[in-house]
Amino acid sequence: MREQTNGADGGRTPFLRVQGLNAWYGESHVLHGIDFEVHEGEVVTLLGRNGAGKTTTMKSIMGIVGRRQGSVVFKGTETIGLPSNRIARLGLAFCPEERGIFSSLNVEENLTLPPVIAPGGLSVETIFELFPNLKERLKSQGTKLSGGEQQMLAIGRILRTGARMLLLDEPTEGLAPVIVQQIGNTIRRLKQEGFTILLVEQNFRFAATVADRHYVMEDGHVVAMVRNAELDQRMDEIHEYLGV
Amino acid sequence: MMTFTIFGVSSVALFGQLLLGLINGAFYAMLSLGLAVIFGMLNIINFTHGAQYMMGAFVAWMLLDYLGIGYWPALVLAPVIVGITGVIIERTMLHRLYKLDHLYGLLLTFGLALTIQGLLRNQYGASGLPYAIPDELRGGTNLGFMFLPNYRGWVVVASLVVCLTTWFVIERTKLGAYLRAATENPTLVQAMGINVPRMITLTYGTGVGLAGLAGVLAAPIYSVNPNMGADLIIVVFAVVVIGGMGSILGSIVTGFGLGVVEGLTKVFYPEASATVIFVIMVIVLLTKPAGLFGRNA
Ligand SMILES: Nc1ncnc2c1ncn2[C@@H]1O[C@H](COP(=O)(O)OP(=O)(O)O)[C@@H](O)[C@H]1O
Ligand SMILES: [Mg+2]
Repeated sequence: MREQTNGADGGRTPFLRVQGLNAWYGESHVLHGIDFEVHEGEVVTLLGRNGAGKTTTMKSIMGIVGRRQGSVVFKGTETIGLPSNRIARLGLAFCPEERGIFSSLNVEENLTLPPVIAPGGLSVETIFELFPNLKERLKSQGTKLSGGEQQMLAIGRILRTGARMLLLDEPTEGLAPVIVQQIGNTIRRLKQEGFTILLVEQNFRFAATVADRHYVMEDGHVVAMVRNAELDQRMDEIHEYLGV
Repeated sequence: MMTFTIFGVSSVALFGQLLLGLINGAFYAMLSLGLAVIFGMLNIINFTHGAQYMMGAFVAWMLLDYLGIGYWPALVLAPVIVGITGVIIERTMLHRLYKLDHLYGLLLTFGLALTIQGLLRNQYGASGLPYAIPDELRGGTNLGFMFLPNYRGWVVVASLVVCLTTWFVIERTKLGAYLRAATENPTLVQAMGINVPRMITLTYGTGVGLAGLAGVLAAPIYSVNPNMGADLIIVVFAVVVIGGMGSILGSIVTGFGLGVVEGLTKVFYPEASATVIFVIMVIVLLTKPAGLFGRNA
């Protein structure tokens, strides 16, 4: 599939445009020419089986894979040659699959660690409103939190920074249904607040409740783009890709 | 002066050795602290550390001998100069080795230490150069139970302040939070917008500067000698192993503690004083391989 920039989205310049993206870990070639785009204010998911290359795509956007090639343009800036700290400062924030909570930092330190890179981030109070659990555990060691709380902390800490685009890698993985719901509400709230979100999900039923569009990945390629509204019609096709 | 005896040892001898132990401990603590910080961030065992301590003393001596700059300005200038040489070493050499095995960093820093020592020995000989105690700290104070040379008291206090300040910065400030986080997961910290490579360079410069500062403090006590670091650093590595690589508080407590243990051994069983630290190291390695304060990997 090769979607054009001025495809069905009325020719707007995309917020994030990925073209011909290749990535390697050492000798192993993992992404083979990925193309997709995300528009400002959209929630877009990457779906696909384990090992399809979703995480690698996010890491390539952030500039933290071994080697990458192709083009990643964010807000008009080509980032393929930039170090990850410069990419982050353009307004991209990453919440990794393994959450990346620091054990030598307490909850408060974890929450305030990412530097503010632009005005317009959420206040700490607003973050506590979204995730009240965090407020009660501020002085606990970061990794002493439950899995759900660690995920809240991992999302919460990137909301302060003023980054307008969030990359969330499997934020609901392994969490209890109540917490999945809470994270779903948070994502919808963030969309209302104008955040642009690229979301990796295994659980496309969850994805369908928050996303505008979905890209399906397989073996390091993007193989389909599905609008959320078309999801029902194309269910068979998606099931085939995801092997569910 | 009030004197008494304990287990047949006079109190004067006891407190004298305790003080010597504290002084040695102060140097162990300052040096192992720098090693711990550097190891945490760079994953390199900095074998140049002893040579950099020696450089601190030499730079202080040169500042005085060639430029007439005295002890107090040297206390600031020498660590900065040694720190800058550290920054240059990191930028031009060490940063190429991070992706390789620990062993390469160890070999490079060991080679650098030998080179620096060799060059200075060539130029200034191995017999040692005198460096006078600053006027303000000459003489001593009668504490009632012992006579305390003022300069030695100053070294203990100054190194405690340096150690506790370093601990505070690392454990209680924002900068320290970046440092701790980057020690755990540098990739993620950089992807948050922090210039981690620059942080690594500055960490090495600061750690090495700390060794330089210890060297300036040492200059009036020991003669300024190209080998002064080589003799000390072996014991410091034992201290680091006992305390646990990478633990800040561990380095401080173990440094001072082992200095005192060594001093007491000199009083009660002098034959063992040169080996007691290594015996403790062996026992710790056998029973608690991560060190007394180390986190198990
Ligand atoms: N650090 C790594 N080193 C080598 N290969 C990796 C690494 N991380 C992922 N891979 C490989 O890259 C492919 C894509 O992985 P990933 O992007 O994590 O997939 P997904 O997130 O879709 O499950 C897989 O085949 C995986 O084995
Ligand atoms: Mg993944």
